[in-house]
Amino acid sequence: MSRRAETLLWVAQRASAAVLGICVLVHLATIIYAVQGGLSGAEILARTRGNSAWSAFYTVFVLAVAVHAPIGLRAVLAEWLGWRGRARDFLLVSFAVLLAGMGMQAVSGVIG
Amino acid sequence: MSAVLKVRVWRGGARGAYREYEVPRRESQTVLDVVTHIQRALDPTLAYRYACRVGMCGSCAMTVNGAPRWTCRTHVDKVARDGRLAIGPLRNLPVIRDLVADMREFFDKWARAQGQFKGARTRADDFERIAPGSEARRRADAAIECIGCGVCYAACDVVAANPGYLGPAALNRAWTLVNDARDTAQGARLRAVAGDDASLACHTHMSCTERCPKALSPTEGIAGLKRAVARAALQGKL
Repeated sequence: MSRRAETLLWVAQRASAAVLGICVLVHLATIIYAVQGGLSGAEILARTRGNSAWSAFYTVFVLAVAVHAPIGLRAVLAEWLGWRGRARDFLLVSFAVLLAGMGMQAVSGVIG
Repeated sequence: MSAVLKVRVWRGGARGAYREYEVPRRESQTVLDVVTHIQRALDPTLAYRYACRVGMCGSCAMTVNGAPRWTCRTHVDKVARDGRLAIGPLRNLPVIRDLVADMREFFDKWARAQGQFKGARTRADDFERIAPGSEARRRADAAIECIGCGVCYAACDVVAANPGYLGPAALNRAWTLVNDARDTAQGARLRAVAGDDASLACHTHMSCTERCPKALSPTEGIAGLKRAVARAALQGKL
């Protein structure tokens, strides 16, 4: 991988971290606020279904995770297992696709 | 203050072992004094390295009670625990023998980080005028006093995990040149300090900054390099 590509991955990881910082705060604050008086699954779905704002928010959240986690794992694999090269990067692209796919499936399940 | 120090000293190469010596305790005694006493009075086969003895040359760094230090300016008072010292070679470098580490890789990495100044002027040209208070000059000044002792390199956990990593000293050197308006090799230097084995690998543990005997902050310089290479990559200049 070229040095420019490695640097752009680094930028992507920092940028996605900034997005995740906001997403995690909003997500946690929403959970704490929403469950105060007790909340059933049906009540949650009644509020989220068809809500395009939550759909956009969680889509951004999922995509940021799919970008952030594999790049971090890339450094972990290199430093802890000494695993570098194309096979590792191919596996991590697959992992990113898996994260995005599973995440989006969850988003469509809750927001529909 | 007890009259005798019990000193464990690394003997042999990578597969060596610690050997214990008893060294008379003295006022204002440095760790280098202790090592010198062992070699001159107790065991002349002990190998170690030093030159200036006053914190200028950067050749006497060793691991003292688990931490890398310049031994000529480390007082025994500050580091001995219960009258005991353990002295070994610097970490993250091959051991040649006893307390002597092989510094080749350390300095080769300075070259790989494009640590050489490359100017365009000749002796026939006038001096470049650099304002001492300019932001770039102040950044370079903050990092320029490195003596190349290798303490930061031995303290760095990223070097331990990734032996290809350029390390704090080489990157600190590159940072001084990135801030040098006279230098003409900036493109090649940014390429050299970008990527997985260079500035971007730094985890900002700050062990280098914690241990630097000259109180420099390689971490700050490396952060500056990260910003510079990110900017260059986004602008397609890397």
